[in-house]
Amino acid sequence: MTALLTPHKRVKRRRTSAVGYWISLGFLVLVVFAAAVGPLVAPHDATEIDFKAIWSGPSGRHWFGTDQLGRDLFSRLVIGTGETLIGPIVLLALATLIGVTLGVFAAWCGGWIDTVLARITDVMFAFPGLLFVVLVIAVFGKGPITAVIALALAYAPVIAKYTRSLALSEIARPYVDAYRVQGMGGVGICVRAIVPNLTPALLGYLVVLFGETLMSLATLSYLGFGAQPPSSEWGLMVQEGQAGIIQGHFLPTLVPGAAIALVVIAVNIVGVRVADRLLAKG
Amino acid sequence: MIRAIRRLGGMLLTLVVSSFIIFAAMFAAPGDPVTFLIGNPENMTPERIASVRAQYHLDEPMLLQYWHWASGALTGDFGQSFHYHQPVIDILATRVPITLSLVCYASLLLSIGGIMLGVLAAVKRGRPSDTLIVGSTTLAASIPSFVLGIAFVALFAVQLRWFPVAGAGSAGMNRIYYLTLPALTLAIGALAIVSRVTRQSMIELFSSDHVEAARATGLAERLIVRDHVLRGSWGPIITMVALVIASLIAGTVAVETVFGISGVGSLLVDAINTHDFPVVQAVLLFMVVAYMVVTTAVDLLLPILDPRIKQKGVSA
Repeated sequence: MTALLTPHKRVKRRRTSAVGYWISLGFLVLVVFAAAVGPLVAPHDATEIDFKAIWSGPSGRHWFGTDQLGRDLFSRLVIGTGETLIGPIVLLALATLIGVTLGVFAAWCGGWIDTVLARITDVMFAFPGLLFVVLVIAVFGKGPITAVIALALAYAPVIAKYTRSLALSEIARPYVDAYRVQGMGGVGICVRAIVPNLTPALLGYLVVLFGETLMSLATLSYLGFGAQPPSSEWGLMVQEGQAGIIQGHFLPTLVPGAAIALVVIAVNIVGVRVADRLLAKG
Repeated sequence: MIRAIRRLGGMLLTLVVSSFIIFAAMFAAPGDPVTFLIGNPENMTPERIASVRAQYHLDEPMLLQYWHWASGALTGDFGQSFHYHQPVIDILATRVPITLSLVCYASLLLSIGGIMLGVLAAVKRGRPSDTLIVGSTTLAASIPSFVLGIAFVALFAVQLRWFPVAGAGSAGMNRIYYLTLPALTLAIGALAIVSRVTRQSMIELFSSDHVEAARATGLAERLIVRDHVLRGSWGPIITMVALVIASLIAGTVAVETVFGISGVGSLLVDAINTHDFPVVQAVLLFMVVAYMVVTTAVDLLLPILDPRIKQKGVSA
């Protein structure tokens, strides 16, 4: 009985996850489009204050209503998309640069260099969650650039550890020895042969990490440590709208909040599939 | 025994290094540490400079400064708060119990909820309820805790008036009532990982020989799940629950801010905003130590709970 049922179920499940995948992908394309042309298509300016329309509900003029200063929520959301998305991308790029360099270096050199780098990663892991980032912000002050750099430093060890484990098995392959016999230098082999071969697996991992970094950066902005007013970064919008909650004005904070959650969910759904594909290829 | 000593030694070493980072971070700030520690240029009076120099022993070599600070911290002396003008330890003493009760409450919710969902998913593996549990917990984990918390406030506190909007309440039942929404917020994000580990380790055991043998003797499925499958899965479940609980302590920063709870997490945010570095250092040290104590304790306790680990030896 079960033997007969299983194939049917599997087909059904695949189809639903494929629907989820295409909806998520379509949503992400829309979000990226908004990020690219946001300021051009937004019906209002992000800082256009209208005291006659404070906390007004959704209407033809203001699709998602307005916030505590009468600023149009839809426009702020669309204009803020760019800043919200570019932060995680920059920080992941930075973290990858540091992480891959350290990871490949540790795997290639081995010995005490590897041990020292492993200890450094261990100490970074001793700071749970965003605590390391909070320390950096406490020292260097608040702001989007500090937040991005601090998060990049916090994520670099994670990527370094992953890269190191990938690189170790790659270095053991015979082609590396072949290059060495040809007289190619260590740096050359690493940059021209090993790193390109790690790229698919690494990219898949980065897509999965993207949702997490977006959440972290939005959390920092919500706490007031990242983007600063009058920016319409989504985490900051949630924080600014929170005052209206008690008076029953939910939209100014729930609209950007839902936007963050939806993007993270969509990225995770798409990311898992992309990661599977990339790993299968690599 | 040797393993335990090595583990404790490793923890001490990490503790020394991370506390040094927390202490020495102020020297990374641009300019003189005194100007950084005082922050607001308006407060730059000669007396203030002298008191800051005395508190941090800034006239001595850096390693000695660290020694003064660390030995003070060991005896509970974190210096004076620049903002509250009282000993940092007194502020911590009023805040720590609130955060700890929040973390305990959330831990209770997430271990009970997560393990129950995981068991249910493992028993119904491959069926729609399994897909539903895995899918919904994964979705819930994709929502940032501050967004979830605000949505809870909007729905359950403002709209339905079931729970208070903010605060931690007084002692006893009142505190539990006030902390329900924050604890739920903290717990829900972690449900996914706990239930997934529970489900995974149970499914592996379902296909093992001793479960097959138990089934052959005609034991009821309920008893097989309880005594043979779940019993063998406790190791990974406890490890994961402990890791999650340890990271909850840092997770309180966002949740306490959402719910206006005056615990350690919101103290950290306030301290950064008011440039109160002694408080920042004390809170960070508290959180790092709490994290390390929980993870190390589980590592040491696990072989006692599960003798198989002692034979295999833990990699970690």
